[in-house]
Amino acid sequence: MVGASLAGLSAARSLRKQGYDGRLVVIGDELHRPYDRPPLSKEFLAGTLGEADLALEAQDEDLGAQWLLGTRATGLDRADRAVRLADGREVRVDGLVIATGAAARRLPGSDGLAGVHVLRTLDDARALRDELARGGRLVVIGGGFIGAEVASTAYALGLDVTVVEVAPTPLAGPLGATMGGIVSGLHADHGVRLLCGVGVKGLSGERCVDAVLLEDGRSIPADIVVVGVGARPCVEWLEGSGVELDNGVKCGADGRTALAGVVAVGDCANWYDPRAGAHRRVEHWTGARERPDAAVATLLAGGAVVPGVPRPPYFWSDQYGVRIQFAGHAAGADSVSVEEGAVDDRNVLAVYRRAGDPVAVLGMNQPRLFTRWRKQLAASTS
Amino acid sequence: MKIPACRLADLPRGEAFRLDIDPPVSVFHTDDGELFAIDDTCTHQDASLADGWLEGCEVECPLHASKFDLRTGAVDAPPAKLPVRTHEVVVEDGMIHVRVSTDAPNLPPCVASRLAGGTA
Repeated sequence: MVGASLAGLSAARSLRKQGYDGRLVVIGDELHRPYDRPPLSKEFLAGTLGEADLALEAQDEDLGAQWLLGTRATGLDRADRAVRLADGREVRVDGLVIATGAAARRLPGSDGLAGVHVLRTLDDARALRDELARGGRLVVIGGGFIGAEVASTAYALGLDVTVVEVAPTPLAGPLGATMGGIVSGLHADHGVRLLCGVGVKGLSGERCVDAVLLEDGRSIPADIVVVGVGARPCVEWLEGSGVELDNGVKCGADGRTALAGVVAVGDCANWYDPRAGAHRRVEHWTGARERPDAAVATLLAGGAVVPGVPRPPYFWSDQYGVRIQFAGHAAGADSVSVEEGAVDDRNVLAVYRRAGDPVAVLGMNQPRLFTRWRKQLAASTS
Repeated sequence: MKIPACRLADLPRGEAFRLDIDPPVSVFHTDDGELFAIDDTCTHQDASLADGWLEGCEVECPLHASKFDLRTGAVDAPPAKLPVRTHEVVVEDGMIHVRVSTDAPNLPPCVASRLAGGTA
């Protein structure tokens, strides 16, 4: 198992549950035991959850695994069937689960400037939490989910917050332009400035950041900057290994890769989606939690099992006290309609359709109806 | 303590009824026609399990996919780590009653602090 976060841990659990009783080695580049990342931009950043609350393992859980933490994998030797580690060690494997996740993209030229943060790991979150606690002016670069959640948390902590988004509408990729506009309207509802359709030229400051410079010439004063411009799959270590790379690890519908005995799960894995008829790299918590079961079944059966159709991708976000939930794929939709509630109240159930058939559903503070639609979506498209 | 919930005829199979006591308890009517009562609040975060995905004898939290066994209250996998309490269900004259467990509930950190009078 290379990767010790949710996808790696879930795969380890699946292996034991499915009867594998052999040696199990979990390699992770972070020093921490597996922890839950979603609260890092929300409750943990706000200080309402502590580090112990983030643990993904139950207190008495023992998977009988050997944990090599704080150790980065640097290569896969296909002939020797061995994973090379940064400290020079090698781990010989019979089967391999790749779960190396993704890393936050950074802003070129921002290295070494104090006050500039990304948010992906527990260490990132600790640093940002400590800085937010001092207050001041926060500029968030990127109006996606991480950026919006950080903005929402910082607003609640009393900071002066500005969000800068290069696209005309934030969240248009995952939610479509219409609903992306409605969800990102939450910023304005709370007096958080949202600047759209403008790129960032760079940052200014000597040792500490003091402003974000925009492409249109404006300069936005900042004490703290959070860069939330997406993530890239951590797969460089697999180059030349024989594992096919294409926007992450290219996988079949059950996580199998181009190499026998090697599967990939989580944010680094670009699985074939039979519903969409295309490969999709899904960076959602739920995928990292659910898909390892199928990948491990494939690994243990030597690829002899027929993959089932996974449930439609699902994710959630909490912003400004509004619970946002989404399932399915917005990209394939040709219409979106509000089935319940009203957009002005930020209390809405919206259904995306393609040629009349539901393909996705979005809820804002509508957990009960949302679950119904999510079930229906899974039933109708399986 | 036996508390009336709702009439059996008003709770179709596949549905849940939330009893607004403190902490809330939900009664589930499974597709097989069985009745179960468990604490309504997910032990991970403030979410109502009555809004969740009921399948067989399990309900999946509407937010984060932890599944609770309606028979035992056990949770299958994180993010929730603690079980919910189970409660005895009694049907008398077509009325569903819940005999609330006297065990201490496993409430999520935000709800537990609110009930204790602190800030969430």
